[in-house]
Amino acid sequence: MTSVRICDYGAGNTRSVEVAFERLGVDVAVTSDPTAVLDADLAVLPGVGSAGSAMARLRADSLDVALRERVRSGKPTLGICLGLQLALEESEEDGGVEGLGIVPGRAYRLKDARVPRIGWAPVEPDGAAYYFAHSYAADTPAATAHSEGIVAEARHGSFLGVQFHPEKSGPAGARYLARCLSHA
Amino acid sequence: MPLPRLIPCLDVAAGRVVKGVRFEGLRDVGDPVELGAAYSDAGADELVFLDVKATLEDRRSLVELVGRVAGELAIPFTVGGGVRTVADAAALLDAGADKVSVNSAALSEPGLIGELAERLGSQAVVTAIDAAGGEVYSHAGTRPTGRQAADWAHEAQGRGAGEILLTSIDADGTREGYDLPLTGAVADAVSIPVIASGGAGNAHHVAEVLEVAQAALLASILHENPDRLSSLRAELQELGVPVRDAA
Repeated sequence: MTSVRICDYGAGNTRSVEVAFERLGVDVAVTSDPTAVLDADLAVLPGVGSAGSAMARLRADSLDVALRERVRSGKPTLGICLGLQLALEESEEDGGVEGLGIVPGRAYRLKDARVPRIGWAPVEPDGAAYYFAHSYAADTPAATAHSEGIVAEARHGSFLGVQFHPEKSGPAGARYLARCLSHA
Repeated sequence: MPLPRLIPCLDVAAGRVVKGVRFEGLRDVGDPVELGAAYSDAGADELVFLDVKATLEDRRSLVELVGRVAGELAIPFTVGGGVRTVADAAALLDAGADKVSVNSAALSEPGLIGELAERLGSQAVVTAIDAAGGEVYSHAGTRPTGRQAADWAHEAQGRGAGEILLTSIDADGTREGYDLPLTGAVADAVSIPVIASGGAGNAHHVAEVLEVAQAALLASILHENPDRLSSLRAELQELGVPVRDAA
């Protein structure tokens, strides 16, 4: 059975991500053990909250090393929301934070009329609407999908990052996660 | 901007959906998870669960309820009612809620908003404001605070709130339309999303408030009936409101 390990670094919504994968019938667990993260068929870096404290926690548990090693060896790794932003080289959040450097680019604060940008928005070329809740976004040459001019998805090697929350995006989100699993 | 949102509100007490007039004579009208799932299937963009009694005993049943909701639903939901501390809020988020809303506790201790934002992120912190005649009322709309709603909303944003849930006490329950002047004043005072609440009687009311607010809270207009949400969505689409195609 496909194993999915969700990185636990005190970043809130791990329960929703876990439930979403449980519905897809895979072996899923939340863990802060870097070996478990390294060995999984699919590792997930979820995340809400701030980049600075998230990176500190990832480093404290050596999850940063495990995630870089996974991507270096071509193992499927999914970053969600802050998880995409953390994979970049840097974020301008919290006065500037060095990221995991898995994906080229940086995270910048949104300049939209209303921030946080919260709600469902269509993603192109996918066409479906997904749920977003974010104040920062990725600026990266690895972008593969957009929503209202904002990077919605980026791929670099075996890393796939999404700015939206597939675990909170109803049937469309479940279909998206099932497609991720089919590549794991 | 993301699509305008339709957010059914479920009043809960002791783990059940309840209905009552001004929180008196509460009547059990169903299971929150079942009703929430039915709303989700009918195209709700998010849900709000409001603990209307918020006693200490209710608080435990609320965390248990949040766990059950998170296990069944794949759309975002906010939990409010009686959140007084960061620990209260963190317990709800750990159980699977996406956001918490704070109201009276933030009015008496405004620093709470900043503490919540620091710990949970702004996107998880909704400041609920009940207002009448432009003035903020605390304690379920019973105590005037002497503060203007637009001023308090602006301060809440500065302290780290990610959204404002604005209820017009004047319009609430009238079914004669949302309080557009109040909603407009608050939306102009902040640059975070505003969820309008109170007064929806028909699709036209919802359409007009979505011109000024980013989301509409739906309570008595739905009568705990998910089919009404489906028909309302269809009516809004006919009126040209770009509500989400739920599939």
